[in-house]
Amino acid sequence: MGLTGLEIYKQLPKKNCGECGTPTCLAFAMALAAGKGALDSCPYVSDAAREALDSAAAPPIRAIKFGNGSVLGDETVLFRHDKTFYHPTTILVHVSDVWSDADISAKVEEVNGLEFDRVGLHYSMDGIAIVNESGDAARFAQVVQKVAAATEKSLVILSDKVEALQSAVPPVAARKPLIGSATEENYETVVALAKEQALPVILKANGLDALNDLVEKAQALGYKEFVLDPGSRKPVETLANLTHLRRLAIKKKFRPFGYPVVAFTTKNEPLDEIAEASIYVTKYASALVLKASKKGQVLPLLTLRQNIYTDPQKPIQVEPTLHAVGDVNENSPVYVTTNFSLTYYSVEGEVEASKIPSYILPVETDGTSVLTAYAAGKYEPEKIAEALLNCGVVDKVKHRNVIIPGYVAVISGKLQEKSGWKVIVGPRESSGIVSFARSLSL
Amino acid sequence: MPVTLVKERFPSKVGEVTLGATAEQGGTRDSVVVVGGDNLLPFLHFEGKVVHRPVIAMEVTDIVPPWNEAIKAQFGDVLDNPAAWAKKCVDEFGADLIYVKLIGADPEGFNRSPEDCARVVKDVLAAVGVPLIVVGCETPEKDNEVMAAVAEATAGENLLIGLAEQDNYKSIAAAAMVHKHNVIARSPLDINICKQLNILINEMGLPLNKIVIDPMIGGLGFGIEYAYSIMERARLGALANDKMLSMPMICTVGYESNRAKEANESVEAFPDWGELADRGVLWETLTATALLQVGASILVMRNPAAVKLVQHNIADLVEVAEA
Repeated sequence: MGLTGLEIYKQLPKKNCGECGTPTCLAFAMALAAGKGALDSCPYVSDAAREALDSAAAPPIRAIKFGNGSVLGDETVLFRHDKTFYHPTTILVHVSDVWSDADISAKVEEVNGLEFDRVGLHYSMDGIAIVNESGDAARFAQVVQKVAAATEKSLVILSDKVEALQSAVPPVAARKPLIGSATEENYETVVALAKEQALPVILKANGLDALNDLVEKAQALGYKEFVLDPGSRKPVETLANLTHLRRLAIKKKFRPFGYPVVAFTTKNEPLDEIAEASIYVTKYASALVLKASKKGQVLPLLTLRQNIYTDPQKPIQVEPTLHAVGDVNENSPVYVTTNFSLTYYSVEGEVEASKIPSYILPVETDGTSVLTAYAAGKYEPEKIAEALLNCGVVDKVKHRNVIIPGYVAVISGKLQEKSGWKVIVGPRESSGIVSFARSLSL
Repeated sequence: MPVTLVKERFPSKVGEVTLGATAEQGGTRDSVVVVGGDNLLPFLHFEGKVVHRPVIAMEVTDIVPPWNEAIKAQFGDVLDNPAAWAKKCVDEFGADLIYVKLIGADPEGFNRSPEDCARVVKDVLAAVGVPLIVVGCETPEKDNEVMAAVAEATAGENLLIGLAEQDNYKSIAAAAMVHKHNVIARSPLDINICKQLNILINEMGLPLNKIVIDPMIGGLGFGIEYAYSIMERARLGALANDKMLSMPMICTVGYESNRAKEANESVEAFPDWGELADRGVLWETLTATALLQVGASILVMRNPAAVKLVQHNIADLVEVAEA
């Protein structure tokens, strides 16, 4: 990435042996520059060349993995419309070691229960950040073990005190927690601990200049598993810092900032805190630690995260099979729509609101909406008829009436002919379904 | 070592639109609201100036609205009195603007006459000192009559009126030109139609600084990501000097977010979703705060509890960072 074929060619052995599968070194270099093939397929590349090429080819923001499947960073763009955002903000709930054991257990239990299903997707809270606020190393170690035993989720272990980390981290190292924070004062010891236990570590400094110095010094210790904390704790400053870090990493390939970033909320009122957290989910936090943990508070935030991290080029789709809404029977109405998730769930929501049990058949349109699908020839009467006759609804209802979206009223005749079903033109927008359904007499 | 930061220098800025008119300016408002004007990506104070903070317009309807009880209860007994309702929004909830939606005009519903609708708008104008946004009932033919009457009855007040759409913009743009109002140009999540509509309205003679873009957002969980990216692209376009994308944007946050099941269903119906009280408020709040990050200038909201949270969020973001 970033290097031209000729620049890569200069680093290659120029033997033209063909063992990489490409006839010449120049052709191989061109393939690498185009992002095809891997340097590893060259058996003769020197270590020096490998390092030079690896670092040039490395992603602008390093991927940091920790805990139970959490991946931070590895983003390539500033705006989701430029490509997509890849790794949704990992969200963790703050647990303090000054709380009573009963309060800690209750909180962990609550976080374990933060699992949600909506519009065919499953969301959950990623983990727990255990914070050493007692100042007591033994207490901290005890709480960390207690939490680790009570949850399978990812863990972040945070203390200002080296001794507290040294006693708390090793016993749970197998859980691969993210630990922190290494600061100007203690980074040598804390980074050494992280390196010894093979764990990622948060580098925290007050401001971007100080953070840059700290990263350079920490890298000099021969370790690169870092997550950055620019130290700001006011929303407008955190937004600025998150943006600066992302811009420098992506636009300038500024290596010291080529790491994921963690943000911390500061608001104490839970609803204000969720609103604050929404800033960091939209603008560049790779990890986020918050205090709120009630279901009704967390679901909106996890929904926003899911929305922002949806790939703009890959619409979310539902299974193009017959769906039943409510307690259906042989007289239930049959609606057809498309398999674009938003279209389907808008229709489903309104059909449900009509309180008339119904069948909905989302026809496979590669996840496009009704008008887009029709314009692209993916919502033709032949295709709808085939889906209708093969989805099993024929055996489930005794009538032969199908409701189509108002926008494709023009296909009624053809669909009727192809399917043998009577076609009823429904409303153009799903919002019209409730009144439509009530006026329906099949 | 000091880090050299990336600071964008944009060639242009979001256009400014002034809403309302004081007595000196030919209207009756206590003060005007100016939106737009920023030459930076939202709230990045290090590369420009937040000239006018985003504002909140609270929704008032001319008949009692079909909203959920959790929202309606916060207004007490004013929902059948638009003037008193609007006054409460301004005095108690700190609304910057009032957004009057004349759903009573709907031919399928109360079918109120254009004159009755205009009277409601006049009543609201008399009750509050903030500028008004007025839209019809989303039935194009009827709205053309209603908005013509409203525009005439309120000449000089410099309202923001809607909705101009690709296949129905002439009548409302003409009403705005004759009676000196601003127009909401609404396009269905499509940047090309958005530009095209602005060009068409502008060609009729309405200046660009009298147009506000409604990109037709999706609410949280129901397509907000499309609005998010369209708006982010429009903002970048405005800053890159695309004049036909440079208008401030209005977002119907209250309407879109509260259509969602998640904003209305009780915890009894969906035990895994948690209590509706917080969930409903946050559904509207996060729809607003996410769109603030991509350049929303006017947020049309309805739940007073959500308005309060968004006011806090805006205050935090417009606060100038210490150097």
